[in-house]
Amino acid sequence: MKNIIIILSKELKTYFASPMAYIVAAAYLAITGFFFVASVSDAFSEASIRGYLAGATFFMIFMSPAITMRLIAEEQKLGTLELLLTSPVKEAEVVIGKFLAAFLTVIIMIILSMYFVIILYIFGDPDTGPLFNGLLGLLLYASSTLAIGLFASALSPNQIVGLVVGSGILTALTIVDFVASRIQGIGSDILSFMQLGASFSVFDLGALGVAESGHFADFARGIFSITDVVFYISITIVFLLLTVIILESRRWR
Amino acid sequence: MIRVEHMYKNYGPYPAVIDVSFEVLKGEIVGFLGPNGAGKTTTMRSITGYLPPTSGNITVSGFDTVKYSLDARRHIGYLPETVPLYLDMTVIDYLTFMGRIRGMNRKWVEERIPKVIDHVKLGDYRNTLVGKLSKGYRQRTGIAQAILHEPDVLIMDEPTIGIDPIQVVETRELISELGESHTLLISSHILPEVSTICPRVLVISDGRIVADDKPSNLSQRLSGNERIELGVSGTDPKTAISAIRKIKNIIDVRSDTRAEKLDQASKENYHSILVDTKSNNNSSEKIAKLIVDNGWGLRNLTPLPMTLEEIFLQLTQDK
Repeated sequence: MKNIIIILSKELKTYFASPMAYIVAAAYLAITGFFFVASVSDAFSEASIRGYLAGATFFMIFMSPAITMRLIAEEQKLGTLELLLTSPVKEAEVVIGKFLAAFLTVIIMIILSMYFVIILYIFGDPDTGPLFNGLLGLLLYASSTLAIGLFASALSPNQIVGLVVGSGILTALTIVDFVASRIQGIGSDILSFMQLGASFSVFDLGALGVAESGHFADFARGIFSITDVVFYISITIVFLLLTVIILESRRWR
Repeated sequence: MIRVEHMYKNYGPYPAVIDVSFEVLKGEIVGFLGPNGAGKTTTMRSITGYLPPTSGNITVSGFDTVKYSLDARRHIGYLPETVPLYLDMTVIDYLTFMGRIRGMNRKWVEERIPKVIDHVKLGDYRNTLVGKLSKGYRQRTGIAQAILHEPDVLIMDEPTIGIDPIQVVETRELISELGESHTLLISSHILPEVSTICPRVLVISDGRIVADDKPSNLSQRLSGNERIELGVSGTDPKTAISAIRKIKNIIDVRSDTRAEKLDQASKENYHSILVDTKSNNNSSEKIAKLIVDNGWGLRNLTPLPMTLEEIFLQLTQDK
């Protein structure tokens, strides 16, 4: 536990000592801001954060791998991974520490964007339950995208590979319902179950921000479902485990 | 302190280390010598617990590096071949992180860092970003992290590679100093390096240990020969060479063809000749007498020790 905190605080310091975190945070606020404004600025529009959630889930396809891409790839490239793994530290502690650092960074960005919520309460009358449900969904979704990004970062010493592979996996898991709707049978069920983020309806102006299918759709609509919670936590754990396995694989290669 | 017993390591079907056994006692400084790809780094990585051996046992300070890996690691300071540094941290931040991750508490880290920084002479750079340091200072930062947690055993993989000659000398001095209080295993493919620092040398070639001895014994045991560099004037080289050839116990006489020697010889108008002879039979005196008796000028007579390179070639070639 102590080791996890040491790694976590080192990574957090590194994030905020470089311009990267600030640039990403600015882009996050700009893009979610755009989606939020677009979703609430019509006449009689609903006082909800669905637009914000749509923008956030969409942008995290690129943002999460960008945040995690250096975490392990850079250690491999600098050779510090060898040092870290010859210190009295377990691989799992390294992975969890790094994951938590990325997760905290994203949480800080989400907190920064909370003035949208304040605006909603000032000018409208949002439903508090669905609102917090949506934010919970966003946190769960963020954790699974970061775990996938971390996994991609462990694949090679090249950060760009981490970014491309991470975004690739996330894009695939986002458009999977597009494929699922075109095939039949159990394959279709499995594929649509794997739907990770917002669906294409994000770009449908009429239904802006309302994901129609997938685990995130429930959160966006204000429905709390334990299946969805378990799904996101499972994805997070599976990809963190895979990352640990990649780090351990040097032992039996 | 370090005990390696019948270690084998394969990378897939390729054996990298074959039946390597050796022991390094407390306080010893041992040089680990071999050409690139001989298995030095692999052996060192196994000792540090980064790569477990395919078979065989390794213990460090009494802890098995596979079964009690975390305990063994606490007793090791390690400097890998590419100095592992976080370029965007300051020297102090880097050392603090390394100390904490090695299990030192905050107080101990705060006490140790100024001492270590003094020891490796990094004082002026304590708040500099590691990425802005020159290669030699990065090397020192690497050494500082290795000795920070007062490990019993220090393992350094090619510690003087890629730094300029002045810094090589300084690093070498630093390593010799460290040898006074640590057990040291240093790898190198630069042979004179090892002979200046290490009283004991392990030579590894193609994954096997081929020699384990003092550098001086190695050269005697192997060659039994010595080499003499001669500068002769007042005659042509052919006459001189054939005359020297007739002396007893001389193995080979030839013109020195090293460029810098040729240059100097032609400038100062003499001939540079190399003589290989059996050791311990006063060949130098006999050669000097011959030259003086013939009325030639003797400009230079220097016994050259067999270099480790040559010893090394002999060791690795006639197995």
